[in-house]
Amino acid sequence: MRCRTCGAPAAINMRQHKLSLCAEHFQPWIIKQTARVIRKYRMFTREQRILVAVSGGKDSLALWDVLLKLGYRADGLYIDLGIGSMETAATPAPYSLRSREKAETFAKAHSGTVLHVVDVAATYGESVAEISHRKRRTDSPCSICGLIKRHEMNRVALEEDYDVLATGHNLDDEAAVLFGNVLHWQVGYLRRQGPVLVADGEGLARKVKPFCRFYERETAAYTLIAGIDYIYEECPFATGATSLAHKETLLKMEHETPGTKLHFYVNFLRAKEEGLITTNLDIPPELHQCPKCRQPTMSDAHCRFCRLWE
Amino acid sequence: MEVVYRERTWSFDESMTVKQMLKRIDILPESALVVRDGKLVTEDQLLKPGDAVKVVDVISGG
Ligand code: SF4
Ligand SMILES: [Zn+2]
Ligand SMILES: [Zn+2]
Repeated sequence: MRCRTCGAPAAINMRQHKLSLCAEHFQPWIIKQTARVIRKYRMFTREQRILVAVSGGKDSLALWDVLLKLGYRADGLYIDLGIGSMETAATPAPYSLRSREKAETFAKAHSGTVLHVVDVAATYGESVAEISHRKRRTDSPCSICGLIKRHEMNRVALEEDYDVLATGHNLDDEAAVLFGNVLHWQVGYLRRQGPVLVADGEGLARKVKPFCRFYERETAAYTLIAGIDYIYEECPFATGATSLAHKETLLKMEHETPGTKLHFYVNFLRAKEEGLITTNLDIPPELHQCPKCRQPTMSDAHCRFCRLWE
Repeated sequence: MEVVYRERTWSFDESMTVKQMLKRIDILPESALVVRDGKLVTEDQLLKPGDAVKVVDVISGG
């Protein structure tokens, strides 16, 4: 296979686009496509300040890199969840420590950018691993972790006065979530899923996903070609996650019919735009302000995040 | 050629395409990238004896 632009041997073939590119031409393609998605979904403008949620993984670091290359004012937020790892010789340090190092190394190499770090255990007294153990009968580690990440991303974005919060979700992530929501006909979730989650003016930051049209394979290729060092190993809690099972199912379909994942997601967005996904049951919940942290909550008392520590 | 994937290593004596190699180690091309001598290669590329090949997983969970 040859690069469509220059004819040199291709580094990647994207069957869903019938497009192969060499390393040199793949990078600008990713950057241009990201700019297109930002415009198409009106994610943010040049003047706005962007906070990128970085995990140390390939997607978020690639996103931060692309936004900086596009000239945006983008800073990072790393949330140290305090997650360990199976102690093998190859992986001596806890998972969170190693992923934090990747985020810090990237930030150091890009002067002028700021990396905000929230250490969950130091701030709130317990790590995700510890709370998960304490609540093992009622909650999964990922649900606790997700709750903490959402709360802290929102808090830092508002406290530090960022206009928008960007996450590195790719199309495989979005398609897997969509697949789960369709399997269970979670119409309420389907209505909210999309590249942009608007700020509600009541203490929720605007959230965007500029990589939502890229396959995970493409964001990985970008980090390899750009020479970005990311954490390759998985969070020890990720094994057995249903989203991973959905991803694998979709991959098999993609293998048989290239473009399946892309069409599944993009046609969903189109259907939504055309108003095909509505429900009269989904009356927006009445939100109150949590008396402790001031973030919006459906509960009359403390929010779910604050109740975690009680 | 030596093929490394996660903590495993395979050795093959014969030449084969990237696509054939992935099939031999039972990995879907959609879920991986293949690197030869530090460079990404597409499925149709021929791998030869002596090549150092790395298969990079691209699918993350959580
Ligand atoms: S896999 Fe679960 S616990 Fe691990 S980082 Fe992701 S959401 Fe958190
Ligand atoms: Zn080229
Ligand atoms: Zn609260």
